[in-house]
Parts: sequence; structure tokens; C-alpha cells
Amino acid sequence: MSARLPADVGSVGVSGASPVASAGSSASGADRQIVAVRGVQKRFSIGGDTTLALEEVDLRVEAGEFVSLIGPSGCGKSTLLRIIGDLTAPSAGSVEVNGKPAHRARHDRDYGIVFQAPVLFDWRTIDSNVQLPLEIVGTPRRERAQRASEMLALVELSDFRRHHPWQLSGGMQQRAAIARALVLEPRLLLMDEPFGALDEMTRERMNDELLRIWERTGTTVIFVTHSIPEAVFLSSRVVIMSPRPGRITRIIPIDLPRPRDDATRETPRYFELVTEVREALRGGELRQPAQGKAADEAAGRLGT
Amino acid sequence: MRRRLAYYLPTIVVFVGGILLWELLVRALNIERFLLPRPTDIIGAFGDNWELLRNAGINTLVEAVGGFAIGLTAGLAAALATSRFAVARSALLPFAIAANAVPIVAFAPIMNNWFGVTSPLSKMMIVAVLVFFPVMINVVRGLVSADAATLELMRSYAASELQILRRVRIPAALPYFFTALKVGATLSLIGAIVGEYFGGASEALGRVIVESAAFLRFSTAWAAIIIAAALGIAFYLLITALERVAMPWHASVRGAREG
Ligand SMILES: Nc1ncnc2c1ncn2[C@@H]1O[C@H](COP(=O)(O)OP(=O)(O)OP(=O)(O)O)[C@@H](O)[C@H]1O
Ligand SMILES: [Mg+2]
Repeated sequence: MSARLPADVGSVGVSGASPVASAGSSASGADRQIVAVRGVQKRFSIGGDTTLALEEVDLRVEAGEFVSLIGPSGCGKSTLLRIIGDLTAPSAGSVEVNGKPAHRARHDRDYGIVFQAPVLFDWRTIDSNVQLPLEIVGTPRRERAQRASEMLALVELSDFRRHHPWQLSGGMQQRAAIARALVLEPRLLLMDEPFGALDEMTRERMNDELLRIWERTGTTVIFVTHSIPEAVFLSSRVVIMSPRPGRITRIIPIDLPRPRDDATRETPRYFELVTEVREALRGGELRQPAQGKAADEAAGRLGT
Repeated sequence: MRRRLAYYLPTIVVFVGGILLWELLVRALNIERFLLPRPTDIIGAFGDNWELLRNAGINTLVEAVGGFAIGLTAGLAAALATSRFAVARSALLPFAIAANAVPIVAFAPIMNNWFGVTSPLSKMMIVAVLVFFPVMINVVRGLVSADAATLELMRSYAASELQILRRVRIPAALPYFFTALKVGATLSLIGAIVGEYFGGASEALGRVIVESAAFLRFSTAWAAIIIAAALGIAFYLLITALERVAMPWHASVRGAREG
């Protein structure tokens, strides 16, 4: 926990805000910056038609943050995530991950990714699915087994390591996918609606687990979701996106104390924040987060 | 064991019943023996010509399996080469599909000419050409069948083409590959026997069928047909067994195991 630092709210980039990198950002500040998205646009051309999926997106994410992207369907959340992961190229603008161009970061395996579907290989056991990234980077067999079993313990799947994916429930498969994404100990975890296909109860349980894992590993997370309660419960900041062309309309810091648990879901502050996010999504109004709130957030995080 | 027996019992009953019915009908309706011999006659033919039938079976099987191996190897190589290069694939695959629709056994006499009518190689080449196209077409489909999400995952790990081929494309192609093998196994016996119809050494199933029929020894012809059928079925079952070993994870095999 102590390794994580409060979010530097001053460096939050909002679409339209001019020079985004705050003047006060020191060398150590740059070091803490895991993701820097600058002026990113994305255009898709199909036949003669071009869709502007993303328009002028700026976003900074600091080490140890948990940032959720939320917005109506088709607003470009997945596209933004895939651009950060260098799975697709932006039409304009630049992305830095870990202080290097996104392309370099991908080749250095600086991030792990979890999709909406678990994308596990049916022909591999759970254990061997988790070992896949280690095989690709050429880790020796013994170390591979060791690392995979640590990760499976982390997601509480040790008893199922010899099973095949189709022998597991949807939630368990998604936990295996998380273990695989974490096995290379990336500094950044990208998640695209990882629990979108799960029922509400399972989703809440997975949320609890994800927070526990995030706290244990200290990874930075960028998390795409459709669920407002999920975004509020998990995040340090919730990034609100507008419908096409996708842009960031607001960033809401979540000052709920950590560690968060079931009780958190019943606090008045939680409901307030859920309402705030909902209204921001509905209105899409461009409002900067109040300075007082930013201070609250910092206090909230330090207090845990 | 008992459950297995229960599972196969209907099949066995139909088989035995069918043969009894055949025997009874041929006797009752007084059908001429050269039109349809009785099962008992065919069993007699097995006894009388056992040596010939056995050697013919072995020779035909060697042709079928040899040709199958050649066609399989060539089909796999072509599939790997074309799937690697999208241009080659879009250029060649339509021709492969068209060629697959051509009744290739029609070329059997030409193969006999090219490779020597008495040499088993001529029959193997007929079989090889028959097996080549379904193998190539299916395996190419399999190699490019890996879904976008899987490839994106591999991309996120900056995996090399070779790693993707080994860890994603080949496993994804296995079901297609085994489908091709099953089609090829059946085709290989058809190819070998049809090739033999157009000439060749006389100790071969196709020759035995043609020559026995010419001399109205129909029970011998039927005995040869039964051997050909048994070989085809055995080949097919062997591949099904291999399939189970090779991909125990696959839904088709899983279902069979649970059922
Ligand atoms: N490969 C593509 N080719 C063409 N258009 C695309 C492509 N991928 C995305 N788009 C378009 O870009 C826009 C944003 O898509 P994206 O998948 O990023 O939305 P999203 O916010 O993730 O939506 P959802 O919440 O439904 O997952 C959509 O209008 C979509 O049609
Ligand atoms: Mg999406």
C-alpha cells in the first residue's frame, strides 16, 4: 500500500484543456506517470465513410492508480484501451506507456490485458494457459511453473490448475485470464469490461477480488466498464466519455477510503458518487473537478 | 463395459439381422446367385480364395496408405506455405477448391500411363492427388481460423509469427486437419481401387473385383468388396482414435466422452 501515491490531480488531462502536463510535474512525477495519452484521435474508414471514434483525447495515469473509463456504448472506450496497448494505432496524437512509445512498451511487455471474453486456449490446462506469456518471453520451465502457481494462488484457482477452461465457470475463467495478465508482473493492467458477462453477484465478488489483487500487486489499472457502481467501487478516478465522437468530458475522483468492501457499497458517499457519475454520463457537461474534491481524494487515499 | 455393450447392441442386432434377412430373402425369392450371392456363398468364397484376397487386400492397402501419406505431406506443406502469405492464399485457394470439385479419379488412366500401370506408384499418385486437395483446403481454413481476440492477445505479448503458428494456429487447425484426414482416409481406398480398375498387377482388390465379375464369380467379387469396406472402416476408425488422443479438449471428443 505504501508504495502507492495519491493521484496527481493537477496532471489530469481533460479534452480541450490546453497544455495538459502540469508545469509543476517534477522528474519523480514523470517517473510515476505510467500512461500519457496526448491529443489522440482515431478515425475508422469503411468504404468511403469515415467514423471519428475518438477526438482529441488526453489522459494521464499515475503509478498505482485505478482508473475506470465509462461511457455509452460505441463511444470509443475499447478503442482507447487498444490504442494504449498498441493493438491499434491512433490516427493522430501519441501514447506513452512507462515513459516510452506504446509500441516499445508492448514489445517490453509492460502491460497485461484482459478482455471481455476470457480468451483462454481450450487445448491448454488453466496452469498452462497462465504460463503462456512466460513461454513467449522464454522463461525457463521451472520458473514458469513457480510463477504460474503463485498467480493461480493469487486468484484462488490453485485447485483448478489441471482443469481445462471449459470445465470452469465464467467467473473462474475470467480469474484465470487475470492471472495470465499478471504473470509477467506488468506495471499496467488493461481491462476491457472483464466482468461484463457475469451476473451482478459474481461481478461484485470479482470486484472485491480485483481490488485485493490490485492492492497486493500495486499494478496500475485502466478498466473499461458499463457499470456505474462497479466504476465507483473500484476506481481512484472515473473517466467519463461522451458518445461519438468519443472524448473525455469529465474525470471524477473517487475519494472513498480504502480498503473498500461490502460496507463501502452502503455508505452515503458511495451513493453520492454513483449519482454524480450517473449525472455526468447523462449530462455530459464539461465541468472541472473542484479543487476541494481533489484534496479530499488525496486525503482519502493517504488515510487508508 | 456393460454400458458399452448396451450402446453398441442395436448396431450389432441390425448387422446380424440384416445378414440373416439377406440370406433368407435370396433363398425365398430364388434370386439368381450371380445377381446376388448368399452370405453363406461369400463366406465360402473367403475360404476358397483366402490367399488371393489377403494379398490383394495388403497390396491395395499399401497403395492407399502410401498415396495418403504422399498427398497428406504435400497438402500440409502447401497449406503451411499458403496460409503464411495472404497473397499466395488468395491466389491459389480458388484453384484448389475448383480442383477438389473435379472428379480426379477420371485421371486414373493417365496416372497409370505416367507412373507405369503395374507399379503401385501409379495408384499411389492417384490417391495422393485425391487426398491433397481436401487436406490443403481444410488445413488452410484451420490455420486462418484462429479468432481475432486470440491473435490480439498474442499481439499484446509481442509474440513472433512462429510462436503464434505453434501456439495458436496449429492447435486451432487440428479439428480441420482431422476432418481432412477422415475424408482422405475414405478417398484413399476409393482412389486405389478405381486406379486398379484401369489395369495393374492382378493381386489387388480392384483387379479381383473386375476379374471375378468378368468370370461371373460374384461371391469372390463380393468378398473383395467386403475386404475393401473393412479396410476403409478400419482406416477411418484409426484416425478417429488418433483424433481423441491428439485433441482430448475438443468439443466433439468431449461430448463423446461424457455420453
Ligand atoms: N475495427 C473497426 N473498424 C471500424 N470501426 C470501428 C472499429 N472498431 C471500432 N469502431 C467504431 O469505433 C467506435 C468506438 O468503438 P469501441 O469499440 O471503441 O466502442 P466502446 O466504447 O468500447 O463500445 P462498447 O461499450 O459497446 O464496447 C464505434 O462507433 C465503432 O463502430
Ligand atoms: Mg468496448
